[in-house]
Amino acid sequence: MPKLPKLPAPPMPAALREPPPRPGDPNGKKGPLDEAMEAGITVVDWVDERTSLSGAGRWLMFRKVPKGTNWFYTLGSATMFAFLSQAVTGVFLAMYYRPDPSGGAYESIRYVTNEVFLGQFVRGMHKWGSSVMVILVFLHMGRTFFFGAYKYPRELNWVIGVVLLILTMTMSFTGYLLPFDQRAYWATIVGVNINGTGPLVGPYLSDFLRGGSEFGATTLSRFYAIHMLLVPGLLAALIGAHLYLVAKLGTTAPPWQKAEAPKELREAEV
Amino acid sequence: MADKRLKHKSKYTLDRGIPGAFEGETITRRRFMTGSAHTAGAIAAGAFTLPALGFAVGPILKSTPHRWEPVGSEATFSEVNYVPVVITVTPNIGEAGKSTAYIRKFNPAIDTDAYDKGTPYIAISSRCAHLGCPVRWVDAAERFICPCHGGVYDLLGRRVGGPPVRPLDRFYTRVNGGDVEIGPRFSVNSELRRFSPRDPGEPLDGVGQYLYPSRPGAQKL
Repeated sequence: MPKLPKLPAPPMPAALREPPPRPGDPNGKKGPLDEAMEAGITVVDWVDERTSLSGAGRWLMFRKVPKGTNWFYTLGSATMFAFLSQAVTGVFLAMYYRPDPSGGAYESIRYVTNEVFLGQFVRGMHKWGSSVMVILVFLHMGRTFFFGAYKYPRELNWVIGVVLLILTMTMSFTGYLLPFDQRAYWATIVGVNINGTGPLVGPYLSDFLRGGSEFGATTLSRFYAIHMLLVPGLLAALIGAHLYLVAKLGTTAPPWQKAEAPKELREAEV
Repeated sequence: MADKRLKHKSKYTLDRGIPGAFEGETITRRRFMTGSAHTAGAIAAGAFTLPALGFAVGPILKSTPHRWEPVGSEATFSEVNYVPVVITVTPNIGEAGKSTAYIRKFNPAIDTDAYDKGTPYIAISSRCAHLGCPVRWVDAAERFICPCHGGVYDLLGRRVGGPPVRPLDRFYTRVNGGDVEIGPRFSVNSELRRFSPRDPGEPLDGVGQYLYPSRPGAQKL
């Protein structure tokens, strides 16, 4: 059979046409790596076309930082990663934990520690990570204070930070009861009674915490709900606001950094 | 008055030529629509926020029923020394709901305060009046001693040292068919005057009883 002449390609719509080879492509040939890259770009483009998120991403990630930025500026991120670690380990601990005051809570913690694969490790991360987070919060706060980074226009971010500190303390206090051993029980009794020594509102506050006039059946579940539902949501939302303000206002130069005069005002160097 | 009303021209009536307005209309429909949408939103949000809040705050207002718990026959207790008994403060939660009370027979030689007249047994709560740790009766020292922060109380539960702000709390007692029964808890000030039960750390002398009000649901007998 004689070979027929090849017909010209039908006019395809632009979307279906083969894209022309990119400049620099050898022979315009595409390997599997190029295909994969192409696919990735297509997916990202698809989302970005519908959300315009890439602009926000660039706005958040590619910021100008002042001269003199140093390791102290990483304390905020370190605190955030401590929080993320607490969140992730906490979610998995919640899969085993039972807030049952008549022995079940203690037994479930014992089970996590002694029986579950990697249970002791994950619980240890959560337990020690909580102290790490509190320490990092204070270091971060100290950095902000000593570098004067709380001043105009960043006062609101300082206020949000203080609320985050209080919420972190609430997490520490409510989480301490959950193992429900002797130490947890008595520390909570003492902690609730310290709340109660506030004049006028104190007695009502400790009643609210205990869910009644005595340490009762619902106290543990109340602390559990505060620890894993109420406060983490608030924390995550406020961390978002905190980060937004950091990105919007930028970071401060350290106080020892001298401002440089613009070129045209500088005297000729001798 | 009637004159004034006739003269008054509402900002939004027909007189101002707003299309579709009718006689006596005092608010634009756009404004009315905005207002009703906001109100509906507020009602919807309140419909789940308020019950949830009440649910969480409710226990403060709840009154707990008085319970009487037998702790042993009359022969168990003497006039000269305390006998510790385990009592249930909160039922159905196991060990966490238990507490200890120290009980002895009323002794007219020691219990000279007028408030103790007619009390068959003196029952002292082991809950420290500082921050609620469990105190222990130490025979050799004849003192109640708290392990947490060093609160020390004498035979009648009055503070003799350390940080506590008032004497140890007590329980009402009664004898029922030869058994000693322990009733609700009450707090006392430094003169052993009785008050409705308070939490630890709340002083009852002077202005203290007003700064630390008793909860609405809890009253002394």
